[in-house]
Amino acid sequence: MSELETFRIQTRAWLEENCPPDMRDGAVSEATQCWGGRNWTFTSEGQKLWLERMAAKGWTVPTWPEDYGGAGLTKDEAEILQDEMTAIGARKPHDNFGITMLGPALLKFGTQEQKLEHLPPIARGELRWCQGYSEPGAGSDLASLRTKAEDKGDHYIVNGQKIWTSYADQADWIFCLVRTDFEAAKHKGISFVLFDMATKGVTTKPIKLISGSSPFCETFFDDVRVEKVNLVHEENKGWDVAKYLLTHERGMIGEVFGNMTGGRSLGEIAAHEIGVDDAGRVEEPLLRAKLVQAEIDSLAFSTLLQSVSERAEAGESLGAVSSVLKYYGTELNKRRHELLMEIGGSDELEWSDENDNGQRSKDWLRTKGNSIEGGTSEVQLQIIAKHILQMPGA
Amino acid sequence: MSMMLNEDQEMLREAAAGFLNENAPVSAFRELRDSNSIGGFSRDLWSEMAQMGWAGILVPEEFGGSEFGMVGAGLIAEEMGKHLTASPFLATSVLAATAFSKFGSEAQKEHHLPKISAGETLYALAVDEGAKHAPAKTALKAERSGNGFKLSGAKTFVANGHVADHIIVAARTSGEAGDENGITLFLVEAETAGLKRSASKMVDSSSFARLQFEDVEVNADAVIGEVDAGYEPLDTILNAGRACLAAEMTGCADQSFNMTVAYINERKQFGVPVGSFQALQHRAAHLHTEIELAKAVTLAALQSLDTEEESAWRLTALAKTKVGQVALLAAQEGVQMHGGMGMTDAFDIGLYLKRVRVAGELFGDESWHANRIADALSF
Repeated sequence: MSELETFRIQTRAWLEENCPPDMRDGAVSEATQCWGGRNWTFTSEGQKLWLERMAAKGWTVPTWPEDYGGAGLTKDEAEILQDEMTAIGARKPHDNFGITMLGPALLKFGTQEQKLEHLPPIARGELRWCQGYSEPGAGSDLASLRTKAEDKGDHYIVNGQKIWTSYADQADWIFCLVRTDFEAAKHKGISFVLFDMATKGVTTKPIKLISGSSPFCETFFDDVRVEKVNLVHEENKGWDVAKYLLTHERGMIGEVFGNMTGGRSLGEIAAHEIGVDDAGRVEEPLLRAKLVQAEIDSLAFSTLLQSVSERAEAGESLGAVSSVLKYYGTELNKRRHELLMEIGGSDELEWSDENDNGQRSKDWLRTKGNSIEGGTSEVQLQIIAKHILQMPGA
Repeated sequence: MSMMLNEDQEMLREAAAGFLNENAPVSAFRELRDSNSIGGFSRDLWSEMAQMGWAGILVPEEFGGSEFGMVGAGLIAEEMGKHLTASPFLATSVLAATAFSKFGSEAQKEHHLPKISAGETLYALAVDEGAKHAPAKTALKAERSGNGFKLSGAKTFVANGHVADHIIVAARTSGEAGDENGITLFLVEAETAGLKRSASKMVDSSSFARLQFEDVEVNADAVIGEVDAGYEPLDTILNAGRACLAAEMTGCADQSFNMTVAYINERKQFGVPVGSFQALQHRAAHLHTEIELAKAVTLAALQSLDTEEESAWRLTALAKTKVGQVALLAAQEGVQMHGGMGMTDAFDIGLYLKRVRVAGELFGDESWHANRIADALSF
């Protein structure tokens, strides 16, 4: 038996024994995520156990080195782990922007001390991170940001405002872009710093969205002291880190949305909820046609993801390909959620009733942000036109 | 299943691109078109391709083939798509080669496969009887007669049907049109009495044929596979063709797109290249994205056919649908972005539009395959 097959069998057995029953419903919605951190309230004993057990195994961040809280798995092994989790409908044990965003950036740009200090608590779900990027005047034109960090020797004093900071009101630490040089060209005066959200002078104010929830905040910094040991990469070279992280984030966003069905196809959901005719087909032919087109595009997108991931593993530099994934994945996800609403009809229009919390309509509204956050679809298209197609003046 | 090409496959792609660039550029296709050649392709060129191992790309080595598999066949088809190369590759080297190597008797293999590899004999596959692809609706009748069968009926949209030496015919030996059971594959020599062939030049200048069978007699050993059980073998043969058509259309899409971007980057209006306008840049970026998807699904389908995965037919249907859509979009957008020049015969973009319309229709259009996927997913 090959080593990978052995790994698969052992993994399957371990998951079977350790994944709590209530963590096996295949749920992927915002309501069932486990974000961890200082202020987290577990929704069940199962959720708590699941995080602890997976963290002890290093499987909340399976490919990170063991020194930083991971399990040092190869990509093939990590894929097997993911396959086996999907097979039993296991929920993700832990979500954290520290895992998906800061982690990869620190692994690439951080010092050994920074990695040892910050990565293990992320892996264990002890500290929840947020991302301080956008500002009221710096959205698509992110590099024009103006939050100011004044050099005070061994520390900076930070003043300014961020917006669209995801879960800033619940996060423990922030990774933040600040301007350290106002004279230099806009990309060349930015630094990447880390600080505790409990630091004096940090305040947050949730923004209520059309979905009714408030995943984003306005975040204000008023004379916030940031130690220089928490500067990542060199001063004024934060844009390199930001770009790397954004590229990674876009690839990841694309990937997340490529696999958002939770195992059930839209067609299956429609057949179940609407019913089928004598030929076994969804009764509304125009809807059926839209559903199959969405399935086709989803299947095509997942083959592209596989191809890109193999190319990346073979050492090909991804670059703007992440924009291709982000653009297509998010637009596809919006389309899927429109179809889910169409399938659900009036049942899913109920914002709240005794049986349901209107989750599908909330998720639908939330997806409208997919093609805005992390760079709008239009920004992605512009990146493709400029960096891949090299079109004039793009 | 790998989504990367291995070294041999990369070399084959380069060799194919190099050869076609030199020997079969789009200008060669134009000459062929304007000469009103009846065959629709150059036999000399086909001989050269056979010498390079392309004609026998799917044929086992023991029968003189290069046995490169479906990925190899797809790479050649994709390069041919870029160059609009007219050749008997699909009908002879993909469809007939698959039919004989997978379902032929030993005698059929020994007789036909070496001829395919050598590029000396041409074949055609006759399936459809109406304007829309529907293999299960085969009605052309094959009745037992003496030691063999007698075939009566009509076929249409038969690639290379007018020049082929042998024609593989899907016929009904039992049941009714619409039944998957009761279909049998026959090998019919083109010169058999009672078989009438008429050539049709298609919108893309390719050559297809309509066939009329009037009491065409064949021996029992003309059956490929088993009597009444031809539907599944036929589907396997068709899938090889569909995947290669997807590959060809990927080539068409890629080339249409590259030509278009090059054109709009050069063409100046208002003192600047029109490619500097965001309205075109975003459409180009969208097309690039769609073409990346098309390339990925094409390779996935070809790989799955080589490894004979259970999902192979579905990935093939996916490729035929998705690539069909993307190639048409790329050609349509190409014509639009070329402006007035896109409407002229002098520019190549229109040739691609015509080609993908035909390749998209052959062996099931996007809707036919999409419907099949939905049925398989039980909705």
